[in-house]
Amino acid sequence: MKPTPSRAAGLGRLARRNLVGVCGIAVVVALITIAVFAQRLSPFDPNAQVGRRLSPPDSQHVLGLDQLGRDVLSRLIFGARVALLVSMVSIGLSLLAGVGLGLAAGYYGGVADNLIMRVMDLMFTLPSFVLAVALAGLLGPSLTNVIIAIALVTTPTIARITRAPVLAARETEYVASARAAGAGDARIMLRHVLPNIVAPIIVQATVSVADAILIEAGLSFLGLGVQSPLTSWGNMLGTGRNFMELANGLSIFPGAAIMLAVLGFNFAGDGLRDVLDPRLRGV
Amino acid sequence: MKAFLVRRLISTLAAAFALSMLIFLLIRLVPGDAVTMWIGQEGTMTPEVRQTLRKMFGLTDPLPVQYLHWLGDVMRGDLGYSFRSRLPVSLLMGRALPITVELAVLAMVLSVVVAVPLGILSAVRRNTPTDVVARVLGLLGLSVPSFWLAVLMILVSASYFRWLPSLFYVGLFKNPVENLKQMLMPVASLALPLMAVVMRMTRSTMLETLNQDYVRTARAKGVTERLMLWRHALKNALIPIITVVGIQLGRLLGGAVIVEQIFGLPGIGTTLIASIAERDYPMVQGTILMMGLLFIGVQFLVDLCYGYIDPRIRYG
Repeated sequence: MKPTPSRAAGLGRLARRNLVGVCGIAVVVALITIAVFAQRLSPFDPNAQVGRRLSPPDSQHVLGLDQLGRDVLSRLIFGARVALLVSMVSIGLSLLAGVGLGLAAGYYGGVADNLIMRVMDLMFTLPSFVLAVALAGLLGPSLTNVIIAIALVTTPTIARITRAPVLAARETEYVASARAAGAGDARIMLRHVLPNIVAPIIVQATVSVADAILIEAGLSFLGLGVQSPLTSWGNMLGTGRNFMELANGLSIFPGAAIMLAVLGFNFAGDGLRDVLDPRLRGV
Repeated sequence: MKAFLVRRLISTLAAAFALSMLIFLLIRLVPGDAVTMWIGQEGTMTPEVRQTLRKMFGLTDPLPVQYLHWLGDVMRGDLGYSFRSRLPVSLLMGRALPITVELAVLAMVLSVVVAVPLGILSAVRRNTPTDVVARVLGLLGLSVPSFWLAVLMILVSASYFRWLPSLFYVGLFKNPVENLKQMLMPVASLALPLMAVVMRMTRSTMLETLNQDYVRTARAKGVTERLMLWRHALKNALIPIITVVGIQLGRLLGGAVIVEQIFGLPGIGTTLIASIAERDYPMVQGTILMMGLLFIGVQFLVDLCYGYIDPRIRYG
């Protein structure tokens, strides 16, 4: 016999875990605000030399200056814009492709299912970051190619997450009745099936944004990502670490920004899971 | 066990086959064909010479034929020659692969050895300060990029201990002590995030397992707490732990690409980045193939562990 946890304990746990979710969403909202108002928030032009190279933090330049005399805080603020732009656009694309493919695979089944899922399986034979490095490296480093690479490597996960519940939904009465009422395949998939399976997709998309931020940072760290004059946290860390004896902030602040952003989206995903999927509560 | 082995082996071979197709397609993403890449500039040869060369290299064949040719070569261990060093790619891979394998294996072992006991401790002392600290660290570890950890470790070590690992790689068999010293920081930076994930998983499955009837029975018949934990509970909690290690393997290898680079370890990751920068496509192809085979190979080992630990999977 398994002792059932009391209702109060269950609720307490939910609140505790949602505290994590609330923190995550707060970080995400803050990041979006910073990215949108980057121009107004940043004290200096992120690409202008505004003082002596590698100056330590002082009252005017709170986080110091980098190897080219640029204000680190301003660069971090503009870096938020790139991190969010790249991750959100690429996950947006991978949602379009992944949800579409997952719906089609699960709904039509048979040959279509097999074909789509085997192609997705191809991409699971390589670690996703290695695949992203290969794609970005072969296509050549640019903002667009980074977005393409991340969208491609995150699509299979979204497709898998979408497909499984579609398989189950296909057999339900509401799909049968919609079909009896004369709805077409597209209408059934988008109007009837999709709203019923949207919760796990939203959770996965949130967590995937965190992955996308990590991949972008990693690619830019290696010089395969976003190129100057755009500012990327990964790039700042990758070049700043060469000056660590002279200005250790250049090795600390960009990494902290990456971690905070990833943490925010992971926590938000965790919190959303609790809210959107009551079955997982108290697990 | 034999039937189980055969089944896993077949699906592993299927994955390796899929990997080879993916890599073949990837390389064809590059603008220009092998002849142009090999000779260099497009304008340096006449169209006739180009066409002859293309025919010679089999580039005028349809793609599936080209693929089968290439696959045949790969199976014989012929990965072509590096554009840059003109050495066989397989030879260069043979030098780089052991380093990455050592890095990945040490990181996996270290994280499991540290994280599993911590997870058990956290589960047993549920809601005590130990537990809270362990859980907060677990959440942090989920989000910290291993390359930042690597940079921080260098920073701390250089400024507080005045010690940095040598940038010249020393082989494990040449000088084990020096080699392990050199591996310390790269392994730790890859192991820490993995540790966090493994610890979280150990904690939650142990909490579940400790509520099971057989644990109560074991306690009732007077089994000591320690034996109960390690023998009865842990053995049943191992499956989800191994699963999570398997899932995190991709992240570990991805992280290794950057971490190798940071510490100057001439493994597969460093080779991959260098060959991309030098547009050395046979090397790019070889390194990605090695990464993929390593990934698939370790997943196969993880599957074997399942079968070894849990007879239900073996006969399922």
